[in-house]
Amino acid sequence: MQELRALAATGILGSGFKMESFEKGLSWKPDFIGCDAGTTDFGPYFLGSGESHFSDDAIKRDLRLILLGAQKNRIPAIIGSAGTSGADTQVEHTVRILQEIAGAENLHFRLGVIYSEIQKEYLLEMIRKNRCSPLDPAFPLTEEIVQKSVRIVGLAGAEPFMECLDNGCRVIIAGRSSDTSVYAALPLKMGLPPAPVWHAAKILECGAACVEQRQYPDCMFASIDAEGFCIEPPNSDYRCTPVSVASHMLYESASAYELVEPSGVLDTRQASYQPLTPRSVRVAGGLFEPAEKYSIKIEGVQLAGYQSIIIGGVRDPVILRQLDSWLEGMEQKIHARIRSIYGEMIKQKYSLLFRIYGRNAVMAELEPMLDVGHEVGILIEILADTEALARSIATAAGHIALHYPVPEWSGLITGLALPHSPAEIFKGPMYEFNMNHVVLPESYRDIFSIEYQEI
Amino acid sequence: MTKLADMAKLIRSKNAGPFSLTIDIMFADQTNYAKVKHSGVIHPAFISKLYRTDINHLKIEFFDAGHAIKISFPRPTVSGSFKDADVFGGQQYGPLVDLEF
Repeated sequence: MQELRALAATGILGSGFKMESFEKGLSWKPDFIGCDAGTTDFGPYFLGSGESHFSDDAIKRDLRLILLGAQKNRIPAIIGSAGTSGADTQVEHTVRILQEIAGAENLHFRLGVIYSEIQKEYLLEMIRKNRCSPLDPAFPLTEEIVQKSVRIVGLAGAEPFMECLDNGCRVIIAGRSSDTSVYAALPLKMGLPPAPVWHAAKILECGAACVEQRQYPDCMFASIDAEGFCIEPPNSDYRCTPVSVASHMLYESASAYELVEPSGVLDTRQASYQPLTPRSVRVAGGLFEPAEKYSIKIEGVQLAGYQSIIIGGVRDPVILRQLDSWLEGMEQKIHARIRSIYGEMIKQKYSLLFRIYGRNAVMAELEPMLDVGHEVGILIEILADTEALARSIATAAGHIALHYPVPEWSGLITGLALPHSPAEIFKGPMYEFNMNHVVLPESYRDIFSIEYQEI
Repeated sequence: MTKLADMAKLIRSKNAGPFSLTIDIMFADQTNYAKVKHSGVIHPAFISKLYRTDINHLKIEFFDAGHAIKISFPRPTVSGSFKDADVFGGQQYGPLVDLEF
């Protein structure tokens, strides 16, 4: 194997790419098309609810082009972290979208479906066997956390993808996977060494994110060989420069030089980035240190409660002059009103939070500048144990907030400009991430199961 | 005195997973990168104070190949939790923009 070529359709399935770029990328004869479909960026809601962030229509548009391109060029298409969080229900939903496309376009292929959800019993057993360790920032993973979890997934490495390819799959839809494993599987299976493969995979995984100035999501192309790889954007409006490519190692990673995968760590401290053309870069010199123990990162969420919010604005200079004391008084009054409805014990069943846009909403306690301009936005947030309580507290709190007085004005005031009717927005269940750990399985098969379908 | 914003081509923050925040300060060329790197301003003592974060969990890396400085530390609130105001961690670099050199 001299060289292997990879076309990344885009950074995340459903975010789009230009048809012209994709066709250009296909004309460069890739050996496979890859696309990641998930992230924790959008927060814990998607793993909790099992919903996808992007619409079915947007996913279908991207997936259709990928499947047609793969079929026409007789190359595999590999999708990782299906449906945002790679939960089983999201994988099944993505497979349904794929089946609709295949039916409409008369496409036939062997599909590999990788499931990444982790059963609680398995994780509890791993904790008991001391085969579970925290990542930084570290906190212990207790049985209680596991039991409270709504859903837990493991991030697949390249191994289950390689198994699918070994078994003749032309298309793979995987549950939660490391962003890079989508791009590493085929090159590793073909015998390329891990250092250039994982390094190329990291640069490819966000699609066009490694170009000098990304205007919109788009494709990326890499040719990987035993010594390194060349990277070039198919879109002629974009260019990769040594700095833009090197800089992408930094993106959303806590380390500028290291990429941790289940099978080892890529170290790019010694890597070189050389311009090939004004638009393409040759990368070499990364090192891959195989892991002593094969580890799988896990992600879990638990239900935090049910959420309601109220958005309002304040313009009155008299109120703004005493914003803190006004809000403190208001908050106490809201708590008193909630107690008057539900009794003293209610305080354990809800939380109330004010965010003051125009002062320190974005950085909260970390904000060094606490000046207030001529208006502020106030976001009142309520988190409660039940949906009914979240609604009830929001309507009570909103009414108190709306008319809360200041000493200077005598008579009833309306101190909040409310942009919505109803003012209260009921957001439903809220989830929170509850794990930052790896498990050490005997084999990837302990966690990931593969199902084959003839489409 | 020059502000960091005038020397850098990009200052950005983002989650590195839901539990960590990472800030990248990127420069167009070696000149400004070297000036900031050797100024000693981007120092663990200063950054840990600015972001009220434990210095033992703060990591500052000077990435010569990309003319970039990377600052990483645990998020004060986990992404998307009740108190968190910045799910992506995208707007946590503000206090660095006007730093003077």
